[in-house]
Amino acid sequence: MAIFFQTIVAGLLKGGLYALIGIGMTLIMGVMGIINLAHGQMMMLAMYITFILNQVGLDPYLSLFVAMPSLFIIGVLIQKYFLNPLIKVETILPQNMVLMTVGIGMAMTEIVRFVFKSDYKYVKTSYSSSTFFLGGISFNVPLVIAFFIAVLFTIIMFWFLNRTDLGRSIRATAQDKDAATLMGVNTGRITVITMGLGAALVAAAGTLLAPVYYIFPDIGSPFTTKAFIITILGGLGSTVGAIFGGVTLGMAESLGATYLGMQYEDIVGLVIFIMVLLFLPGGFKRLTKV
Amino acid sequence: MLKKLPIAEMIALAVFMAIPFFMKDNYFLHLLILFLMWVVIGSSWNIFAGYTGQVSFGHAAFFGAGAYAAGLLAHHFGYSAWWGMALGGPAAVLIGLPFGIICFPLRGAYFTLASLALNLILMHVATIAENFTGGMQGIMIMPAFVSKIPYYYIALAMVVAILAVINLVVRSKFGYYFVSIREDQDAAESLGINSTLYKNISLGISVFFTGMAGSLYMNYMGFIDPSVVFSLSDYSIMAILVAIVGGVGTVYGPTVGAFIMVAVNEFFRSGFFGLLGFIGKRTGSPLVSKALDFVTHAHVLVFGILVIVVILYLPKGVVGDWEKIKRKVLRVRPTE
Amino acid sequence: MSFFRVEKLVKTFGGLTAVNEVSFEVKEGEIFGLIGPNGAGKTTLFNMISGVYVPTSGKVIYKDQEIQGVKPYRICKMGVGRTFQVVKPLGRMSVRDNVIAASFARVNSMKEARDNASEILDFCGLTSVRGTLAKSLPIAGRKRLEIARAMATRPDLLLLDETAAGLNPTELLSAINLIHKIRKNGTTIIIIEHIMHVIMSISDRIHAINFGQTIAEGTPKDVAANQAVIEAYLGTDYA
Repeated sequence: MAIFFQTIVAGLLKGGLYALIGIGMTLIMGVMGIINLAHGQMMMLAMYITFILNQVGLDPYLSLFVAMPSLFIIGVLIQKYFLNPLIKVETILPQNMVLMTVGIGMAMTEIVRFVFKSDYKYVKTSYSSSTFFLGGISFNVPLVIAFFIAVLFTIIMFWFLNRTDLGRSIRATAQDKDAATLMGVNTGRITVITMGLGAALVAAAGTLLAPVYYIFPDIGSPFTTKAFIITILGGLGSTVGAIFGGVTLGMAESLGATYLGMQYEDIVGLVIFIMVLLFLPGGFKRLTKV
Repeated sequence: MLKKLPIAEMIALAVFMAIPFFMKDNYFLHLLILFLMWVVIGSSWNIFAGYTGQVSFGHAAFFGAGAYAAGLLAHHFGYSAWWGMALGGPAAVLIGLPFGIICFPLRGAYFTLASLALNLILMHVATIAENFTGGMQGIMIMPAFVSKIPYYYIALAMVVAILAVINLVVRSKFGYYFVSIREDQDAAESLGINSTLYKNISLGISVFFTGMAGSLYMNYMGFIDPSVVFSLSDYSIMAILVAIVGGVGTVYGPTVGAFIMVAVNEFFRSGFFGLLGFIGKRTGSPLVSKALDFVTHAHVLVFGILVIVVILYLPKGVVGDWEKIKRKVLRVRPTE
Repeated sequence: MSFFRVEKLVKTFGGLTAVNEVSFEVKEGEIFGLIGPNGAGKTTLFNMISGVYVPTSGKVIYKDQEIQGVKPYRICKMGVGRTFQVVKPLGRMSVRDNVIAASFARVNSMKEARDNASEILDFCGLTSVRGTLAKSLPIAGRKRLEIARAMATRPDLLLLDETAAGLNPTELLSAINLIHKIRKNGTTIIIIEHIMHVIMSISDRIHAINFGQTIAEGTPKDVAANQAVIEAYLGTDYA
């Protein structure tokens, strides 16, 4: 039983971070109508930024203040110069924007590989491997901190989307782009800001994960996979759904790793993904409103 | 039936048939075999995506299935991998059709993601099922031929087969139905087109040839492992690149694309066809050898950048945008 | 035996009832008009007849066969053709290729399909633009292409969904002529139309619905004089 609770706790902690990754993705999905297949690679960039700053002695949690704005800018540039121009390009393939994000992700990974080589890097902190015990269950300190920061960001995002003009414009654009345009929302600007925000959120996740993960160029693509799984699980464009999706994936991975074996960790998510696509189209969002 | 003989095609075929009689250089033949293999894969992807509008981000799943079918047969049962070659296509269909039947209710981006997930699942399965697939160690078999020429002709035969199939398909009911589904699935249904059936037919053709290319790869290279044949960037994305660089939804687009992509790949992998290595040796400059190191590992970066550039500036590919390219070139000329 | 009828058709979306117990019968060879204000449920009815939606309850009976819930492509093969209110041209195919694709519903060889297509293009007056890509046609041409494509599947019953909307007076006149020609050809037509003088002049009988329910049925004259219909269109204040 102890193992079970340990697994649940580990899954929940991971799920908090996954939710952060998923919210960024789901915002992008809602507003642009595309899956961003460079999402994990953006996270990877943030991890490397954290790594560099750590080399000069900055605490990973402080580097949030550098990594998030940096990725915000990168997201803005990508949307402005690579994705928005595609709206005017006529093509046979409807998925050309998604393909574009694949290309961008590949380029990011390879550029990082040139600079840092494929070696594993890690962010050294005094607390990287420290744990505390609560009721016989061990808690990894950086993961717990990360979880609470993730929850904090999620709450801020909620407040932002529901209470501010900009947030409302984003939600309006996500619901109906044409209607939003007619209501005077500058949807072009909204897409740019949304991509920036999505990138900044996943950057936060990257920075928070940096103390507990090895950092290497290819770490992006598994997280891209996780991001789209979370988004589909939660229901596209749904922020609450992304939280549910993130926690579900975190739990499922933990349970899979504990009871099936470590090598099953990744495949569990994919199988759930296919199941949800087929049997619950629309994701968990569907369950809340009938 | 055919009013005009495909003269250009027949000349091209004759030239390709004749090449091994004049060119015995192994390196050159190797590149040609890769080129032919990519014509098969790119054209297969193009039938399904370019003509039928179903964008797959996971064609490596079928390439890998074909490769593993051939490899496993040889590895476990000691059959010559040539039997596997006959099995590669059907094995891919065996994976592809259930996938299609299950996932075709999904449209657009959802289907694309499902194909990506299939690719990843197969990669994990091949890794996990160590006892059966050899896991990360992969499968190694003895190549049947030392010479490259037999492989060359087999690859050429596959290319002839798939191009013939595509030419027949696009001039028939099937071609019209595929394109109708691509253009508007609801309209197609209202015109009596069973879209699920025809998507499955298109998928079947597509994965059959992709699987065959996979089994050729197994036989030719003699070694596979999950990270090689199920690779997203090296096969799934490369297949898309071959098609879009050449021209999506055109018969010979992927052929042109395959030529360009293999050339670009080799150009970088070989350090600008050995030029950098040559300069490096002559000058002994450490800078050049660093550049050489950079360039020889740059092909994935180049592919990424190519994806971006092609989507932005040549969305219909070299074949589809040929008029545009000609215009651009012609407009430059008078000012010179 | 009856040629075509619907019995107590109901369609609900979540809590909303779009069509509520609508029944009518169409005789072979007639032009049957379907009218009602925006959102009355006309297109939903068409979508149930053509198989796009499965009715919540009720029957669609065509040539003594129940066809509710049958897939759209099968219904087309049975001889029910349709056009879409929001036109759905196969954009990057030529006008001719659009019609050839539709012709394969009846024939299998390329040659027969080509012959059928050129006959239909001629019939619908699209021969002069047959090489044009469907997406570059003006709206009148696209509406006409919708009809041509449906006709190429050789339907016995044709569902026309607002084929006259957005046309100028000249185009309107030729559209009306085309519909008459189709009827003369022996095809039964159910037509949804907003332009009153069009539907009043071409229909043999008219069925009016509002909020998903039948409010009147009869000859154009009767329906035009019907109190409920006038109320539905003009509001109770004017009635």
